[in-house]
Amino acid sequence: MFRHRIQNWEHLWASNGDEMQTNTPQYALNLFNLIPLDTKKHSWNSLEFSDTRPKSLMLKSGTLKPYLTAVRRTLTAAMCLENFSSQIVEKHNKPEVEVRASKELLLTPILISRNDKEKVLIESSINSMRISIAVKQADDLEKILCHNFTRFMTMRAEHFMILRRKPIEGFDISFLITNIHVEQMYKHKIVDFVIHFMEEIDREISEMKLSVNARARICAEEFLKRF
Amino acid sequence: MTEIYNFGVDAISCHAWNRDRTEVAICPNNNEIQVHRRTSSGWKLLETMEEHDMAVMGIDWSPKTNRIVTCSADKNAYVWTQKEDGKWDPAWVLLRINRAATCVKWSPLENKFAVGSGGRVIAICYFASENNWWLCKHIKRPLRSTVTTVDWHPDNKVLVAGSTDYKVRVFSAFISDIDDAPGTTPWGQSNTLGTLLAEFPNTPNGGGWIHSVAFSPCGNKICWVAHNSSICVADATKGNAVMRLYTEHLPFLSCVWIGSNNIVAAGHSCMPMLYSIDDNGQIYFASKLDNTQKKEIAGLSAMRKFQSLDRQARNETNDNALDSMHQNTINCIRRVSDHEFSTSSLDGQLVVWDLKVICVLCVILLLIIMIYSNLSFFFFIKLLENSIAGLKIV
Repeated sequence: MFRHRIQNWEHLWASNGDEMQTNTPQYALNLFNLIPLDTKKHSWNSLEFSDTRPKSLMLKSGTLKPYLTAVRRTLTAAMCLENFSSQIVEKHNKPEVEVRASKELLLTPILISRNDKEKVLIESSINSMRISIAVKQADDLEKILCHNFTRFMTMRAEHFMILRRKPIEGFDISFLITNIHVEQMYKHKIVDFVIHFMEEIDREISEMKLSVNARARICAEEFLKRF
Repeated sequence: MTEIYNFGVDAISCHAWNRDRTEVAICPNNNEIQVHRRTSSGWKLLETMEEHDMAVMGIDWSPKTNRIVTCSADKNAYVWTQKEDGKWDPAWVLLRINRAATCVKWSPLENKFAVGSGGRVIAICYFASENNWWLCKHIKRPLRSTVTTVDWHPDNKVLVAGSTDYKVRVFSAFISDIDDAPGTTPWGQSNTLGTLLAEFPNTPNGGGWIHSVAFSPCGNKICWVAHNSSICVADATKGNAVMRLYTEHLPFLSCVWIGSNNIVAAGHSCMPMLYSIDDNGQIYFASKLDNTQKKEIAGLSAMRKFQSLDRQARNETNDNALDSMHQNTINCIRRVSDHEFSTSSLDGQLVVWDLKVICVLCVILLLIIMIYSNLSFFFFIKLLENSIAGLKIV
């Protein structure tokens, strides 16, 4: 049964190229098998097999649950990391997703988007993976809040272990998970953390926005009492 | 049915048994190698070998000559021999590689071993008695990326290697200095070192790093597991035909043959799985060997369940432990006997599995389940078939 579904998915993959539209979380299941690079267009011999453009998964209905399910499944599959010494520099062991020196060690990135503002980019390699999250920012106030919030976190990145000091361009916050993290922590708990973070950051920002607005109203009232 | 051992280490990256399985060498995911002996009161640490500077990547223990070979990310390999007082004595191997050594394996006759490396090279090492040291010869072409795994053909002259360039390659590993006569196997004639006898891409389109390869006991088949969760078997007697099975699990990291038609594979999904090959050479799933029951959490409320399902897209409610014996990636499987094998994982556990007992228990369990839950007959038969497939091995 499962094989049947995979074949279906591969068919979709091949036919409509980059954009794939779905409103069911079912498809995310099959991401398991498709994360490894397996494209017809590029072959290893031509040395350009690694399509650096992300494959995109756009969820038609913008509800939260299918979005989180897709992210969870993709993360679980992408987090299959192992210890891997650099094949470029001797006695080094660097996250390949950051070094990007050997193309064959990278997997095709996957972009999961709920709408044009909220999206997650998951890039994986043999010994490390990177998750970049774009947070919903409706107005200027939310932009400022989001910027300050992420800055607060990235300045304390060493306490967060998996947090990347600088987000990837176009995203608000990035996590870098290496094989060492996966060895030391439960893998499913790291996935839980990321999912939890994605939920919380939205809520946090809207709460802050409310309190900033309330505060502004009180300030304005106090100020205008004088006149 | 299964024995779980803990050695007081946080993680085991690889392990190897001695001939009579009374001692085991483990690497605690650092530069050390520990040798433990089985005693009546548990495992006793005999010796910690610290000669490598960086993480040990592979251990292999030769059963007949009782030597341990280890290789590490510091580009070195050592052959350890036991002195009269039981201590292990390292002998440095002149590997001549310039990147990390990733895997190591003794040949069946134990007069040479193969070391795979990140420098796109395989070193076939042998003992040069006139100089009293270990020398090596290299296989370089046509490797295009890190060699992740190697295995020897039973005839001692053919080697299979898997690498991160998505290919499995069969090489001749004939060394004229120590091998008497070139051998002929179904894979081809091996008379010069490094002759490429066969090459298999992991998928027809490429893709998927090879994590483990293994020759079948007869040497006519190769099994490999790769990062696209597939398990493949190539058969030399059928014109190098490749059978592929794409599984729904997370990728496997290790595979071993149990008998001539059964493969045990395990990896990121933390559970060993038994696959079998039918008469047409097709691979099919035989059984899940880890029957650990789901741990129920106390005080489970319906609200929490729905919250977890709705907000975090998660079905299970137990928060910490996985529903398997191993709690982290299994990265090494070793055969212990005809029907037993051992798995070690990054949570520091070593588990010895007995297929014979597991399969008998499976059948009994299924009978009980059927009686109590009125499963549909078809479903039951399907499950029974799987269990009996497991029984066939033993």
